[in-house]
Amino acid sequence: MAKNKHRMRNEINAGSMADIAFLLLIFFLVTTTIAEDKGVLVKLPQWSEEPPPEIKLNTRNVYSVLVNAQNQLLVRGEVMKIGDLKNNTKIFIVNPQKLENMAESPTKALISIKNDRGTQYHTYLEVYNELKAAYNELWEESAQIKFGKNMDELSNAQQKEIRDAIPLVISEAEPTKFGEEK
Amino acid sequence: MSKFKKKQGNTTPAISTASLPDIVFMLLFFFMVVTKMRDTELMVKVNTPQASELTKLEKKTLVNFIFIGRPIDKYKSKWGTKPRIQLGDKFATTDDIPLFLEKHKVSVAESQRQSIISSLKIDNDVTMGVVGDVKTSLRKAGQLKINYSAKKRDRTK
Repeated sequence: MAKNKHRMRNEINAGSMADIAFLLLIFFLVTTTIAEDKGVLVKLPQWSEEPPPEIKLNTRNVYSVLVNAQNQLLVRGEVMKIGDLKNNTKIFIVNPQKLENMAESPTKALISIKNDRGTQYHTYLEVYNELKAAYNELWEESAQIKFGKNMDELSNAQQKEIRDAIPLVISEAEPTKFGEEK
Repeated sequence: MSKFKKKQGNTTPAISTASLPDIVFMLLFFFMVVTKMRDTELMVKVNTPQASELTKLEKKTLVNFIFIGRPIDKYKSKWGTKPRIQLGDKFATTDDIPLFLEKHKVSVAESQRQSIISSLKIDNDVTMGVVGDVKTSLRKAGQLKINYSAKKRDRTK
């Protein structure tokens, strides 16, 4: 009995363990910034010193998007809102009514962006994003039609097949020097 | 009837809190694992725009970060309010980009060098002038895969 009492007195109180753990937990909760490393992936063209060769493109296949220093959009010579850009781009690429002034086929369609040096970055990215969204939606639709599945359920070869049928070609021209911050 | 009363009076149901530390430790370990202490102090204000077509950056070791934004208040007196480039923990110009890329490249295994991605963390209200210069300089340095860092939003209808 006496022995038992002695042992009881020696036991360390683990009740404060929770408090210590909570303290650490709160520290990590506060310092944590869950990495949000996501973004719009872009592949830049190779740099070359010589000016690019002049290629005569049929204007009906080129979808030119200009973004000026006032963050306004000029698409094929007409003012457009960013909100309408995606749907108009999709119509241009697919050309469901086979109009004379739109892309002959999706493989021949080309999108060209040009911006001023004074264009705000978020407008530029939004425009780029909308154009990419147009292609992503077309791919999704074509995946549903061809394979009856979502794009991310397909094998790499099938995805490639769809992407090759509607290739994403976004060309960026040298920006013009308007509206640069002094 | 009396039986019930007796039982209630006798046993005092005490919830054991012995497993509380275990639960807390579990949470603690979770946060310890997901925490990534920011190793570079941001000297420019970077509030990335929103976009819907996002790609995740998978391998952290294959990514180098370039920050573009206006200097934060602390550095305004010395560096002004024009958009600046930050590489590592220093203010830089476009001329410093090739060296910066090269330094990162040597830390990556040779077989993986072609999949290096530059993550551009650019502030909302920076003008495209600086961004264009950085892009040109990246192209000259042969770093063609870039990722405009952005926050998630839903696709527009």
